[in-house]
Order: sequence, then structure tokens, then C-alpha cells
Amino acid sequence: MARTQAIAVDQLVKVYKNVTAVDGISFALEAGSITGLLGGNGAGKTTTIATIMGLVIPTSGEVHVLGVDMARNRHRVLHRMNFESPYVEMPMRLTIRQNLTVFGMLYGVEDIAERIAAIAEELELTELLDRPTGKLSAGQKTRVSLAKSLINRPEVLLLDEPTASLDPDTADWVRGRLERYRAQRGTTVLLASHNMTEVERLCERVIIMKKGKIEDDDTPQHLLARYGRRTLEEVFLDVVRGRSEARQAAQ
Amino acid sequence: MADPALNPARSIAYSPRRVAAMVLRYWYLLRSSWARLIELIYWPAVQMLMWGFLQLYIGQNASFFARASGIFIGAVLLWDILFRGQLGFSVSFLEEMYARNLGNLMMSPLRSTEFISALMIMSIVRLAIGMVPVSLLAIAFFGFNLYGLGLALAAFFANLILTSWAVGIFVSGLVLRNGLGAETFAWSIMFLFLPLTCVYYPVAILPEYLQYVAWVLPPTFVFEGMRALLIDHVFRADLMLQAFALNAVLMTAAAVAYLKLVDSAREQGSLLQTGE
Repeated sequence: MARTQAIAVDQLVKVYKNVTAVDGISFALEAGSITGLLGGNGAGKTTTIATIMGLVIPTSGEVHVLGVDMARNRHRVLHRMNFESPYVEMPMRLTIRQNLTVFGMLYGVEDIAERIAAIAEELELTELLDRPTGKLSAGQKTRVSLAKSLINRPEVLLLDEPTASLDPDTADWVRGRLERYRAQRGTTVLLASHNMTEVERLCERVIIMKKGKIEDDDTPQHLLARYGRRTLEEVFLDVVRGRSEARQAAQ
Repeated sequence: MADPALNPARSIAYSPRRVAAMVLRYWYLLRSSWARLIELIYWPAVQMLMWGFLQLYIGQNASFFARASGIFIGAVLLWDILFRGQLGFSVSFLEEMYARNLGNLMMSPLRSTEFISALMIMSIVRLAIGMVPVSLLAIAFFGFNLYGLGLALAAFFANLILTSWAVGIFVSGLVLRNGLGAETFAWSIMFLFLPLTCVYYPVAILPEYLQYVAWVLPPTFVFEGMRALLIDHVFRADLMLQAFALNAVLMTAAAVAYLKLVDSAREQGSLLQTGE
């Protein structure tokens, strides 16, 4: 049976003054899929994600999430989405429990105490629940941020470099939890990352952006075969540098 | 399919629960920091003591001020309602910028009206923490009972807090649109009201052209009303009604400006960069 579209981006253009951040991109993500959004700095990933969240109004084109136009009616669907980014922090003076209570209420979660207990157990935060968020290690803070992003059991989850600045062990642990959560809930995940190992492990589809446009869009296996490369990192370098330049660098 | 534990109707309509969530967030923050609590009382207390002693001194040397006892202390306490009301609103908002939490809020189902409602409630909470002890100190030190103004105090308070919210809403929009570079407005904009709204002197003292400006600012009516009450023992309901009418205009203008500034921030992508 064909899966329905969870996210549909259609001819999206975003121009800031004289700078074109996103230049006419289109893609659709099927419900339950996990897709990696790759690109160098300034490729347009953050603007694309922010437009999907409704934080940025497109210059032209449309973005629909779960059938809702995000530029006009994002409040109809925000309670069914969530996001996580190391660049947006949780209030440091509040304890983990207080933070999760506040966000649980904001997202309309009915059974907040039970939900916090369950998610804390899942993410191994139970012992830390009454500790101020500011006193946690980077890895623990990422787990809290992840707990916040899963508090409402989102149908659509946007992740912006979820394992940035984590040690390999903690990063691997986070990836494992994400994989498990998606398998259990059938959540649609869009993952922006610079970590190619992460994208290769988690994503069934990869969209590569460069200068606001989509340069390539395929499964990791097809991309590796098409570019004749062994790793996604090599493919990524081919795309962002231009193939010939990358080959010269390799030689 | 939507999770059954989520209430979709609650997510779309104005939600008192989301307002409560934000009030709870600020309450947790206040509770976690004794320095924040002390700061709420410190400046109003210093101001009240300074103006109170000045009034005592002048009252001993001028018969008018001896008759109009409490005029300076009353003015400074009402001024603090206006000033601290706006600060209470704006500081709660700025806490989100300092905490880099605004992105979490803007991408949550929290609506602008709910966010503003929570900030209004917090401005009253913060004001109460600061002003109640200071108003009791005014009784203890100078025998000035602010609550003795009775129903007039309710009218004064309502008008001043409405103005403070209108200014707070506008400033929050500016900061959302322009980042923390516009933070200075949150701390300083109300001082423009200090000379123009005639907190410590009658409007008639101003040059004629400035009197026109003064009479479009709602707090001017409150401070004139306070002087009428303390000096002539007359409650000027007409002044309060005019202040309410002007506040209605001011609140509407502030709300429209806020929504336009948020839209502009979404156009410019400045909600992504909430730093300097």
C-alpha cells in the first residue's frame, strides 16, 4: 500500500534581501520515512527546516505538513510535530522534570507525569529528573532535548544535527534510541546532519543541497553506486566541491 | 494518526493550559533564584524611601506640601506600577532570549495571544512581589497608606498596568524582530514617559506644545487624578474614563504592531537568529 505524504515541499523559494537561501526546491517525504538533509554551510538546510516548521514564510512556493499549509495554518499541526537542535537550549535553571512538565503542557499532553516517567526511563534520565538542566553534561543535555522532542509522541520529527558535539559513544546511543523510537511509532523524520556515518546508518533517503538547490536525492545505496564511492562522505564531497575538483583533491 | 493522548481542539484554540504552562515556567525560574526575588523589591524600596524623605523635608518648609502629604510617595508608588509592570512583562520575555529557548517556544503550539497572556500574568506577579512589601514600608516609614485610596487605586492600577502591557507588547515585538540589539528599549523606553506623563508635577507646568503630547498618554490622566485626590480630595472619574479609552487605543495599536513585527520576523528569518 502506498504511504501518504507527511511533508510536501513544492517549488520553495526563500530570498533574504539579495541572498537566495533556497532556490525552488521540491520534495515529498512519505509518512514513516527517515530522510537525511545534507549540505555544506549556507546550503539552505536550516532555512528549509525553519520553513517546514513555519518559522519562515516562503518568498514563493508552499510547504505542507500532514496536509496543512505551514505559512498560513501552522498552529493546526504544530502539536503533532516536534524538533530537536543543539543550537536551541532548554531553560538552564529549571530541572529536567520542570522543563518537561512545561513542554508537556504546551504540547497538550494529557498524562504528563506518566509520560515524563516513561520517557525518562527510555532515555535513562530517571535519576537526573530533579537536577537543573544547566548542571548536566553535553550528552545529558542532548538526551533532555531529545526527551522534549518526543514528549508529545510526534508524528513528524525534525532533527538538526542531533549528535553534534557528542562523543562517539553517546552519539551512537542517541542514534540507537532514535532508530528504536521511529520503528515503534512510525514517525516521519527529517534529519539535517554533517555526520555522514549517522546519515548512512539512519536514513533510507538522502537529499543533498548546495547553494539553495537540491543537487541529488536518492537512497544511500544508489548514491554510492552512482558516484562510484565507498562512503557517503565521499559522495558528499563530490557534490559540494564539484566532482572534478574532488577527484583532483583525491589524486 | 494523531496520538490519542493529545487533544487536537485544545491545540488549535486559545488554551488556558498553555498560558498556565508559561506562567509555571516563569514561576519555576523566579523560585530558583533568590537574587531575582530580591531585585524585585530592592529598587522600588530605595525609590520610595528617597522620595518619602524628600517629601518630609519639603513638607517641613512649604505649607502646600505639608497639606498635600503623600503626593510624592503616592506618585513614586504609582510610577513604579507603570515602570515595574512593563519591566515585569519585558524581563520575562527577555528571559527566553537569554535562555536561547525562544526557538523551542516558537516551534511549539504556543500562540502569540497565549504567550502575551502569560507575560501579563507574570508582570502582575512580579509587581506584587515588589510592590506589596514596599507599600507596607511606606505605611511604616511615612504613614502613607496606598490602599487608603480605595476604589480610586483600582482605577489607577488598571490604567497604569494596561499602559505598561501595551509598551511591553510593543517592545517584545521589536526584540523578536531585531534580536537582543533592541533589548535597550525594554529597559529605557518607559523613562520617556517619566517627564511627559507628569508623574511629580501638574501638566500645566509643561510648555503648551508638550501638554498636547502629555494628554495623549494615559498615565498623565492617572497622575493628574492622583493629585486631585490627594490635594483636593476629589476622585476624577472623567480622567479615568479618558485614560481607559486611550489605553484601548494603545493596546490595540501594540497588538497590531506585535503581530506585524512577528510576521516581519518570519519574513526576514530573524526568529532563527535571536542573538545580538
